[in-house]
Amino acid sequence: MTSFPWLTVIGVVPLVGAAILAALPASVADRAKHIALGVSGVTLVLAVAGALQFRAGSGQQFQLVEKHQWIPQFGVSYALGVDGIALVMILMAVILTPVCILAAWNDVPEGGSREKNYFALLLVLETFMVGVFAATDVFLFYILFEAMLIPVYFLIGSYGGPRRQYAAMKFLLYSLAGGLIMLVAVIALYQYGPGGTDGFLVERLTGLKLGATPERLMFLGFFVAFAIKAPMWPVHTWLPDAATESSPATAVLLVGVLDKVGTFGMIRFCLQLFPEASKWATPVVIVLAVISVLYGALLAIGQTDMMRLIAYTSVSHFGFIVLGIFAMTTVGGAGSTLYMLNHGFSTAALFLIAAMLIARRGSKRIPDYGGWQKVTPALAGVFLFAGMASLALPGLGPFVSEFLVLVGTFQRYRAAAVIATFGIILAALYILLMYKRMMGGPKPELSAPVLDLSVREKLVVAPLIAAFLFLGFYPKPVLDVLNPAVATTLQKVGVHDPAPTLAADGSSK
Amino acid sequence: MPAVTVSFASALPAAFQATQVDYKAIAPMLVVFGGALLGVLVEAFAPRRLRYLVQVGVAVVALVVAFVVLVTVSVHDQGITLARAVVIDGPALFLQGTLLAITLLSVLTMAERFGGEGPDAFTPMGASVPGSPQEAAALRAGLATSEVFPLTLFSLGGMMLFPAAGDLLTMFIALEVLSLPLYLLCGLARRRRLLSQEAALKYFLLGAFSSAFFLFGAALLYGYSGSVYLSDIAKAVTTASGDLDGLLLPGVVLVLVGLLFKVAAVPFHSWTPDVYQGAPTPVTGFMAAATKIAAFGAILRLVYVGLEANRWDWRGGVIVVAALTMVVGSVLSVTQTDIKRLLAYSSIAHAGFVLVAVLAFDRLGVAGVLFYLVAYSFTTIAAFAIVSMVRQGGSEASHLSQWAGLGRNHPVVAFVFAFLLLAFAGIPLTSGFTAKFAAFAPALAHGGTYGVWLVVIGVLCSVITAFVYFRLIVLMYFTKPVEGVVAEQVSPLTTVAITVGTLATLVLGVVPAQVLELAKSSSLFLR
Repeated sequence: MTSFPWLTVIGVVPLVGAAILAALPASVADRAKHIALGVSGVTLVLAVAGALQFRAGSGQQFQLVEKHQWIPQFGVSYALGVDGIALVMILMAVILTPVCILAAWNDVPEGGSREKNYFALLLVLETFMVGVFAATDVFLFYILFEAMLIPVYFLIGSYGGPRRQYAAMKFLLYSLAGGLIMLVAVIALYQYGPGGTDGFLVERLTGLKLGATPERLMFLGFFVAFAIKAPMWPVHTWLPDAATESSPATAVLLVGVLDKVGTFGMIRFCLQLFPEASKWATPVVIVLAVISVLYGALLAIGQTDMMRLIAYTSVSHFGFIVLGIFAMTTVGGAGSTLYMLNHGFSTAALFLIAAMLIARRGSKRIPDYGGWQKVTPALAGVFLFAGMASLALPGLGPFVSEFLVLVGTFQRYRAAAVIATFGIILAALYILLMYKRMMGGPKPELSAPVLDLSVREKLVVAPLIAAFLFLGFYPKPVLDVLNPAVATTLQKVGVHDPAPTLAADGSSK
Repeated sequence: MPAVTVSFASALPAAFQATQVDYKAIAPMLVVFGGALLGVLVEAFAPRRLRYLVQVGVAVVALVVAFVVLVTVSVHDQGITLARAVVIDGPALFLQGTLLAITLLSVLTMAERFGGEGPDAFTPMGASVPGSPQEAAALRAGLATSEVFPLTLFSLGGMMLFPAAGDLLTMFIALEVLSLPLYLLCGLARRRRLLSQEAALKYFLLGAFSSAFFLFGAALLYGYSGSVYLSDIAKAVTTASGDLDGLLLPGVVLVLVGLLFKVAAVPFHSWTPDVYQGAPTPVTGFMAAATKIAAFGAILRLVYVGLEANRWDWRGGVIVVAALTMVVGSVLSVTQTDIKRLLAYSSIAHAGFVLVAVLAFDRLGVAGVLFYLVAYSFTTIAAFAIVSMVRQGGSEASHLSQWAGLGRNHPVVAFVFAFLLLAFAGIPLTSGFTAKFAAFAPALAHGGTYGVWLVVIGVLCSVITAFVYFRLIVLMYFTKPVEGVVAEQVSPLTTVAITVGTLATLVLGVVPAQVLELAKSSSLFLR
């Protein structure tokens, strides 16, 4: 069973599903969403089955490894494998996809081939999401990283709000610019590596003796691409546009999963391949991360568009993630990787529930609401719950990760940790203010009766809420998978956790 | 007087020796020229109603036979032949094979009739004044310009000789043989004939200038080295005493100008948009793909065989040209509103990308150029074939606004075109990305500092061109359709050309290993 190509199968199943959808005759086109849901469900089952083969702490960096020669002239292999971080990301992607498909059930009301294509694109995107986290060949990663833009571009540009074309083009140009700069670094990296027909494998490129200047330049090439993807201040401006103009399901996959490729890439490629340059860049990165935390949160408070607000909260959250990564402590790293998972669920919940409200009211503007707690109490309840998760209420998943990130950062960069903590306070502000404006107040006069959560919507929300609670009360199984991977990365960087300052004090023992 | 006779006699060889001709090595070219001559005879003697069919048949058969001969016979018989005038080596054969395949696809698109009498893209009578009664009479009589097929074969013959030329004179003759039929072909468009004739005249005049530059440069190099053979020039560069050094650099520059004109490098590019726009679309596709292959082949041979030793002297200028070509091509493509002009500027930008690989001065750089040319030319042929089938009111929908909403009404055509555009943009999993990688990697590895800069400029320009292509995709998919714009039903001929071009674009993007290996093993020049 060990030789079964789990990762390939997990990646290919959605692609096959997309091909089936594309070939679906028009007479049964209205079945497209059912097929899409089924395919993503099968993928989820397969991914869970694959994850069960994963042994935490086995001593190898990558498991479920597959390796074949692909373009030997370039040194490119078709190499897949996962460490704990990648595995968790893949699981998050395959969980969120069926949730999003279910949430997107009525996104394309006109049906027909447009609806069919929509779900086919979502499935294609799932393939790329699995592949990009599973790739252990730098070139393969790059290819998937770039090719992924195409389905997202069409998802935003074809199925979105009034300014969708602008948003899609902005997204594309930002991402392409970052990606192509990274391409230069990718090519250069191979020249410095051992070369040969498999010279692009991550393991062959780890621990190279690069000169200081080339290493820094290559680091920058990778980092800029990931910072745009993540997105960090000041290259975040594409995100609010993309998030508000795309359909909610696209926004979830974009912000929840795709942007994680940025932070994932920082861990896998920036830290592991360019350890010295990473340390060199740390002060600047930490500053940028702290700015992202505060800037995102402050701008979120000022938004009147729900989707934009959620997008800015993500900028703030990504600031935390990057902070934890570049703190380079085991606690910070574990916090960041766990944060990546939690943020996926909490943002998904916010986006999808906000979309349910928008579907009822027909407006994204917060001032158009008010008193909706009395109109749709259950919907308001889950909205509040998702908001609480997002502002890191203890007992819910994001709290654990945010706490770990701050503790991990404090061990090394006290000032940064202290300033970033204000981000939590601001988070309470933007969530609670939004809730108050939308849900509080007198019951509004509505021309037509509005229904509360439907069964389908409950099915969308339930797994997300379950995830908050599970990760809030019992994150240990996930941390057990993440910790070895974080430790391996930090060991490759060559940093050790700073000794606790109170070690001499008897109380800390 | 006696003194003169003596010197004259001693200059003569003892006995006249016939030049050794390696017929196997040059057989593909002979087949192509034979096919072209046969086409001339067909034009003269075959009854009019049969001419189209016979001409297409002759051209296709000649191309297929030449290709088969090339891959079965010539590859095993490489060498320098015809008194060192022709060098059949890896790069030459690789490019000749590519040229044959590309021309075959071009001929298929040229033969498209859209249900009419003759080839649809070409005027029924090239000699008639546009809009004249004569033209109308020719149309009524059902005349068809079937001589485009032998013209294409003649041009192809020149193109095949161009990268195989071992001396500057042969190179010049190849240049003329490939250019003259092209000038003619450009002026034969059925619609918008004035534009077409203007294009032909412009191409001819500027082409004549560039030929003159080339010839003058060749003369200077002959003066410098005492030989027109590239290998002798190379030898002279390393061993020359230094008396005539002043001739070398001007000679190199002038020869390069002549060649860079053909690949449409900036600042020798100004003919490209007009000619691409005015020429009949299948001819534009043929020019864009095949001329580029041939001219880059010649550039490669010239600089790698002849001028490599003093590259430090002239390299700087070509670096600037490469950078300018990329920047000007990509920036100006943003402002275009005509699809053919847009593709013209994009071809200029692509020429810049190829130049980056040429400047690597490494065997891998040669392989990168070869691969890029294959990838680009297949995509180009398919793209222009699609341009020729999207129409409004019977004539090509050349203005960009006419392409709006094509994705709604003709999903398959729009999808294929979008895919080809992604390849032009260099998106991974298309041949465009593999090609860009193949071109940039050697430049980064062997090009030194300036190589890095050129690659950085190259990727930034790629972003600009990507913007252009995606704007077109936006237009096709996200905008309301225009009334009356249709993708015409095409015959199997064009369908084959588009299918092959698109499949090649896909295959070279996903599993390029075989072709890359072939390019790599074909990258050594015989000197």
